[in-house]
Amino acid sequence: MLLTACALGLVTSQHKARKLFSALEREQEHAKQLDVEWGQLQLEQSTWAMHARVEKIARSRLHMRVPDAQHTQVVVRAAAEAAR
Amino acid sequence: MNYAASPVLALHLPLWRSRMLLVLIASGFLVLAGRAVYLQGLNNDFLQQKGQSRYSRVLDISANRGKITDRHGEALAISTPVKSVWAIPEELQYSTQQRTNLAALLEIPPRELDKRLNDASGFVYLKRQIPPEVAQRVSELRISGLFQNREYRRYYPGGEVMAQVLGFTGADDAGQEGIELAYQSTLAGKSGSRRVIKDRLGQIVEDTESIREAQNGQDLALALDSRVQNLAFSQLKLAVDKAKAKAGAIVVLDAKTGEVLALANLPTYNPNNRSRLSGAQLRNRAITDTFEPGSTLKPFTVAVAIEQGKVTPGSVIGTASGSFSIGRATIHDAHHFGNMTVAQVIQRSSNVGAAKIALGLPAEAMWNMFDQVGFGSAPRLGFPGEAGGRLRAYERWRPIEQATMAYGHGISVSLLQLARAYTIFAHDGELMPLSLLRVDAPPAGKRVISVATARKLRDMLEMAVQPDGTAPRARVMGYRVAGKTGTAHKEENGTYAQHKYVSSFVGLAPASDPRLVIAVMLDEPSAGQGQYYGGVVAAPVFSAVMGGALRMLGVPPDTPLKPLELPPEGSEIKESV
Repeated sequence: MLLTACALGLVTSQHKARKLFSALEREQEHAKQLDVEWGQLQLEQSTWAMHARVEKIARSRLHMRVPDAQHTQVVVRAAAEAAR
Repeated sequence: MNYAASPVLALHLPLWRSRMLLVLIASGFLVLAGRAVYLQGLNNDFLQQKGQSRYSRVLDISANRGKITDRHGEALAISTPVKSVWAIPEELQYSTQQRTNLAALLEIPPRELDKRLNDASGFVYLKRQIPPEVAQRVSELRISGLFQNREYRRYYPGGEVMAQVLGFTGADDAGQEGIELAYQSTLAGKSGSRRVIKDRLGQIVEDTESIREAQNGQDLALALDSRVQNLAFSQLKLAVDKAKAKAGAIVVLDAKTGEVLALANLPTYNPNNRSRLSGAQLRNRAITDTFEPGSTLKPFTVAVAIEQGKVTPGSVIGTASGSFSIGRATIHDAHHFGNMTVAQVIQRSSNVGAAKIALGLPAEAMWNMFDQVGFGSAPRLGFPGEAGGRLRAYERWRPIEQATMAYGHGISVSLLQLARAYTIFAHDGELMPLSLLRVDAPPAGKRVISVATARKLRDMLEMAVQPDGTAPRARVMGYRVAGKTGTAHKEENGTYAQHKYVSSFVGLAPASDPRLVIAVMLDEPSAGQGQYYGGVVAAPVFSAVMGGALRMLGVPPDTPLKPLELPPEGSEIKESV
């Protein structure tokens, strides 16, 4: 009688363990997929953010330009801190 | 009536029948026992294996190839999974509708699809490396005999800008060129495998053993700064187009750490689409090709002379007639300046002056200098195909060779070697080891010349970019620049080609505390008469890249911001070729 109960208990716990494990497996698969997606998104980001593309848009569509040296003022750190 | 007692009905069974039955039953049991022994004892392993194969599976765990990033972590090369579609033609069964859909999804004309399937037998790839979304839709067509497997494809968001540095990988995700090849063992992942138990529905229910752990490839952070790289590439492209040059290369080094901040070559290619590639596009000229550098070597000759105590920057060299004969050969200068100081020899790039200085030096001392700054031996960056250049043993130098080597002929170097050699002027006499990977602590340099000599040379190189030097176009507003032009006839089939030149410029800035060394080289600039001098075609590239890069790196200017005055077109001092 006792033996039968124990055997049934073993079967149940094994079944539960297997169920949980397959759930874990599914989640891991999901994690892997998200990882892949992250890689693709990174790729997409760096493609959109390519310097050549950004520069082209900035110049042609937004009419921006690099300030030339006459319009640049350099603040030396020591002087700036002294002025504070 | 008592039948039982009837003698007629009395049973007379012969004894052998019961014996026989006993023997039959016993032998039946024996057979069963024998079978049991056979199955459980002798054949056990085989049957166990068979049983296991019903429920246990060995799964491959794929490993990713590492990313390549620039020094700020911006991705330069990423692997992402793709699918390849293949078929077994004999097993393939599909309706006309399915065929049309398949052809449309794979972007292959239906006729081409049929041809491929009919020509091959057993196994045929229909299309490799298609995006996972498309692969999903292909599998939804449910065509039997059509299979997919997972592969990795590497993407290079930077495209042509740094194609030769990064290189690329083949279909099996193994590096074939550049960094991808050089650091293959670091980047490549090791795929693992594990044994699992699967249930009737194909779900994994238990992990029985891990046969081999999967190891993802390591990420690699390069020394490249993608902003500087982009600037260098675009400026080089402008210059190559303008000068109608055959090829060009540029190297930007951090003088403090020896890191390669940018390295660009032209012609180039798009690593994401390599259907039409030529060797010229693939070559990383700055590292694998050597050329005769010309006048950019003069500072080294002068450095030897100063180290040896033969001359000071103010010593006067007579170059009166502008030509100088050694044996049967004669060296010419483009202009006649009469007597020049050593500093002016550098500033105006006088061949005669450099030759006269060189002939006062022992050949061994000159060879030592060239050898110590790394000419004649590969820079050992770990990059495939690094060129060492040619530096002949000094025992066999004839006087004319020693004289021409003083101004960079009869010796060949790669652009990277040349840029590296200039770190001795930028880093107060120490040669910096180069690195393609980001370094966290600056490495120790190797002392080649004294601090005092390095500073004297820097002053002379600064004179060369002044309006009465050979490269006023190399100046950058707000920064003190020092550098040297080089223009050399190209060597072809053992002689110098008359109208083919290699023009270069190597320089450093800010001269008060150099941060960057930039070397530019243009191969066969041919935009017209006089449009081939290093000071005309290469120096403007240097100026634009240096100015932009110093600003990007936040280096404070070391001279007042005054507009630069360029001499009128065509009137500047041409160097001797």
